[in-house]
Parts: sequence; structure tokens; C-alpha cells
Amino acid sequence: MSTAAPSTSANVSGPRRRRIGPGWARSIARHALLAAISIAFALPLIWMAATSLKPEVQAAAGGMSLLPDPPSKTVEYAAANYKAVLADPTVNFPLYMRNTILVATLSMAGMVFSSAVVAYGLSRLKWRGRGPVLALVLGTMMIPFPVIMLPQYLIFKELGWIGSLKPLWIPAWTGGAFSVFLLRQFFLTIPRELDEAAAVDGCSAWGTFWRVILPVSKPALAVVALLHFVYTWNDFLGPLIFVNHRDQFTLALGLQLYQSQAGNIEWSLLMAASTMVVAPVVIVFLAAQRFFVEGVSSQGLKE
Amino acid sequence: MSRSSAPPVVAPTGVSARRRSQGSLQVGREVGVLRGLLWASPWLVGFIAFMAVPVGMSLYYSFTDYNLVQRPVFIGLENYERMITDDLFWKAVGNTVLYAAMSIPLCTVAALVIASLLNKPIMGVSIYRAAVFLPTLVPAVASAMVWLWLYNGDLGLINRILRPMLEPLGVTPPNWIGLRGSGDKFWAMPALVFMSVWSVGQSVVIYLAAMRDVPAALYEAAALDGMGPVAKFRHVTLPAISPVILFSVITSIINSSQIFGAPYIMTQGGPDRATYVYSMYLYDAAFVYDALGMGYASAMAWVQLVVIVLLTVLTLVMSRSLVYYRAA
Repeated sequence: MSTAAPSTSANVSGPRRRRIGPGWARSIARHALLAAISIAFALPLIWMAATSLKPEVQAAAGGMSLLPDPPSKTVEYAAANYKAVLADPTVNFPLYMRNTILVATLSMAGMVFSSAVVAYGLSRLKWRGRGPVLALVLGTMMIPFPVIMLPQYLIFKELGWIGSLKPLWIPAWTGGAFSVFLLRQFFLTIPRELDEAAAVDGCSAWGTFWRVILPVSKPALAVVALLHFVYTWNDFLGPLIFVNHRDQFTLALGLQLYQSQAGNIEWSLLMAASTMVVAPVVIVFLAAQRFFVEGVSSQGLKE
Repeated sequence: MSRSSAPPVVAPTGVSARRRSQGSLQVGREVGVLRGLLWASPWLVGFIAFMAVPVGMSLYYSFTDYNLVQRPVFIGLENYERMITDDLFWKAVGNTVLYAAMSIPLCTVAALVIASLLNKPIMGVSIYRAAVFLPTLVPAVASAMVWLWLYNGDLGLINRILRPMLEPLGVTPPNWIGLRGSGDKFWAMPALVFMSVWSVGQSVVIYLAAMRDVPAALYEAAALDGMGPVAKFRHVTLPAISPVILFSVITSIINSSQIFGAPYIMTQGGPDRATYVYSMYLYDAAFVYDALGMGYASAMAWVQLVVIVLLTVLTLVMSRSLVYYRAA
């Protein structure tokens, strides 16, 4: 393109760029625009939480206030809604919460461990056939889930896993293409001197992996863990197909059941249930925002 | 090359250091093929058991009549022939293409605009970015519930906002998406498309990282040429991040072709099949419509796989003239 002129100096204090209007006016305009966009993106979740605080009559009435009337009764009204959801006779949210935490944790542990092992083999060991295996890993990212979900169901049935939570977490212990790729990219950046020092000290490949590479890769491992945890927490189609007994439902399935079986939707209760499903994800995100952003950023660098 | 030896380009996430180090890197000890395969074995086992075998099985089932109760019966190309004359199949294809054709350009433009707004050293960037990114983490089922509520014709927040604006003009806002597949037939699909913009945060973050990776020298040169902000975006930013846009568009194509959760939960494909998408038909064929069964669903899945691969290759080929690859 026309502008790719190689410059000898990356010095930022070059000639001033041409600007439209004074700097502070442009800055204010940018902030205003970004604030409006941010509010628009946050509004659905804010409205969800706000609805869950109101008695149904007020939720279904007009107006756009975020708190119930009178606001002093917010806690009381909210508690009533959440209690009603948790005590629903047919939809056992506490059990689904337990199932989801169990599945997400087991799945996350397996995904991190196995992907790290495979990524190490594909980055810091040199062997014939490494290239083709890596290409295969990347190629599988293109396979749509619908192509494999029906045969997977039959395989899980053959293995006797249907009717348990196993289909939702055991496959994660074989690693995943995206996680392997992400960790491989990270492992490639670790200085080779670390390996050499370990080798001089008599460390085996496994020892190097376990005692040298893994400890310095904690941020990347955290990225994989968090992204996979959220992925499992949110997954809908997988549980929908592989789980057929209510005792094994996850929160995603439970929420859908809760909505579809209600004859007459009470929005305040539905939003309270939704808030319970969303809240853990929001908390995890707020606590570890940096890792999410790093993990997702690196997706664009496959080239 | 360590992360700390990153080039002077601003890259808060450390990604640029990672990318630059790939090509020149010569780490690692030599091991035999068997040792190497052993390290890769967790993934290889999963690949064979949960991917290669299922892909093969579904190819075989696509040539059979199979409804889970009876053993599969080989019927050759019948499932594929049936698709050609199956009106519902084409309806589902049309709806999915319509969704992708509206959603992908809209989301790409929105993501680029938001990312370029964020691509300045201004205060509060991380707060804005968090607000835009957070919705991508919301479970599909929960976001379906939230948007059902927002889109509700009588009580939804969207119409609460629109009504005072539209009613003086004599316009009644539509019942975007009603319960149990009721609602406005025309607006249901645009409603799903609009909702997809809410999950644009991943692309924003990816584009933002790519934009921060563009060498500052290029902008300096552009400034010397007398370019304004818009010209810089058009002639510097866009060409420089075009490989990332391409990657993101390919991912969007793959994802859009598989859209399932939102229409399944919110509209059940209605009203009048206006939002009945490909994956819903595939699901129904496999688990709901006994007359079709696994055989037909497998054939549909294979058509989807082939189309995705073809589209990906086509996009890559067509974009060769549009995408600018910087020398490493």
C-alpha cells in the first residue's frame, strides 16, 4: 500500500500530525462516544439485574427505573425472587449449579494439563512429523461441531457415558486445538537457555517441562484455564445432546428448562435465574480481566 | 528471544514480542518420532476417538437410513438427493445465509469502529473495553433470556424506549420476538442479527491488539504525507491489520453457519419458520423428526463441513489481493 514507507526512526516526537479541532475537544467527543457505546453494551445486563430486584407487578409495569418502588425494599423484594427460583419444585438450580461447577472444574483441569503437554511436544521438542501434527491440530478448528456431535453421542452411548456427566468433561482431558495453539505460541517465547541449563543439570524432557517450563508459563496457563472454564460454563448444545436426565443438567440447560416449562413467564423470576447463571462468569471476568483480554488478543495472530 | 526484548512498538499484551520471535526461534532438543508422538498422544487419542472416527462415522451414516432404533441401512446418495427437493432444507439454508450476510458485515464494521475509538492513549480504556467485552462471556442461554425480555413487544425495554419516540409519528414499534415463536415475522431475523452485535467484543479485542501492533513509524510517515485521521485509518490501519480482519471474518463465517442457541431458545425457528436455521433443522432431523433420522442429519452435517471448507478457501483466495502481509 501507498504508505508503507520504511522510516529510519521510530521516534514519536517527530513533526506534529494534522488534527481536526483542538485536542481537548476531540478527546471529549471520543469519551462521549465510548461512554455511550459502553452503556449500550452494559444495559442488557443491568436491566436483567434490575428486573430481578422487582416484584413481578412492578417488572411488568412500565417505566425505566432500576430499583423497585419503594427502593428501601429492594433487598426484601430481591430475596423473595431469588428464594422462589431456588425453591422451584421442578427445576433444581442448586443441583445444576453443583453439576456445572463440577464439570467446569474437571474439564478445565484436563484441558490445561493435556494441552500443556501437547504444546510442549509441539514447541520445545524437535522431531520428524511435528509439522504435520501441528497442521492437523490447527485444521481441526475448522470442523463444525454438528458434523461430529451425532457420532459422538453414539460413541459416548457405547462407552456407557450417556446418563452421567462424563461426556461433558472427559474429552477435555485430550486437550483442545485452540488451547494447544495458544500455549505453543507462549512456550516458543521462553528463552532456550532455560532448557539448556535444565539439560546440563540432568533434567529429562519431562522434568524440564514440569519444573522449568510450567512454572514460568503460569499467565498463559491461566488464560487457557479461564477461557475454557467460561466455555464449559456457557456450553448449551453439548449438554443438550449428551445429557438426557434432569439429575445431570447444567445451569444452561436448567435455565432453558425453567423458561420453557413455565406456562406464564414471570420476568422477575426468569431474570433472577438468569442473573444467577451469569453472575459467576462476571465475577471471574472482573477478577481476571487481563487474562481474558490477552488470551483473546492472541487469537488474531494465527496468520 | 525473551519477552522483555520486545521491539519499541507499544504492545501492552506482549503479543508482538511473541509473534516476532516465532520465525527465528531454534529451541528444543531433538527427540525421536515415537517420543514426539508420545508427547502429542493426549491430543492424538482425542482426535482419533472424538473427531476422526466421528467424522468417518457421520460420512458413512450420511449414505444410510438410520434412526437410532434400527441398524443403519445403506441407501447410497438418497439423503443428498432428498435435500435437493426438500423445501425446508432450502428454507433453513436461506435463513442461515441471510443471518450471516447481515450479521458478519454489521459486526465487522462495529468492531472496527469501536476498536479504533479505543486505539488511543485515553483514560479509562480498560473500563470501556471491559464493558464491550463482557457480553461475549454471557452464556448463550442467559443472553437469550435477557434479549427475550428486552425484545418483548409490550413490556420490553427496547419498546419502552422506542414507544415515546415513535408513537407521536403514528408508528407502533413491532413485537420483535414474542413467546413460543409468536411475534413479528419480518422483524424476528433482524432482531437476532442486532443481538449478535452485542457479542462483538471478542473481535474488538482482537482488532485492538492488531492495531496497537502497527508500527508507529507508518503513522509518522502518513502524517508527513499530510493524511488526516480518516485517511490514516483507510491507508495505514486497515491494510496493516487486514490479515487479522480476514482471520476474524473466516471465524465469523464458521460460527454464523452454526448459529443455534438464540433461535432455538428465543423463537423456536418461528414465527412461520422465519428464523429456522440450518443447525436447528439438523438437530430436529436427528432427534425430533423420526422420518429423517441420523442419516439425513449426517448428510446435512457433511454438506455444512464441505461448504465451510470451500468458503474458507474461497475467502483466502479472493482476499489475496486485499490482504497486506507485512514482511516479518
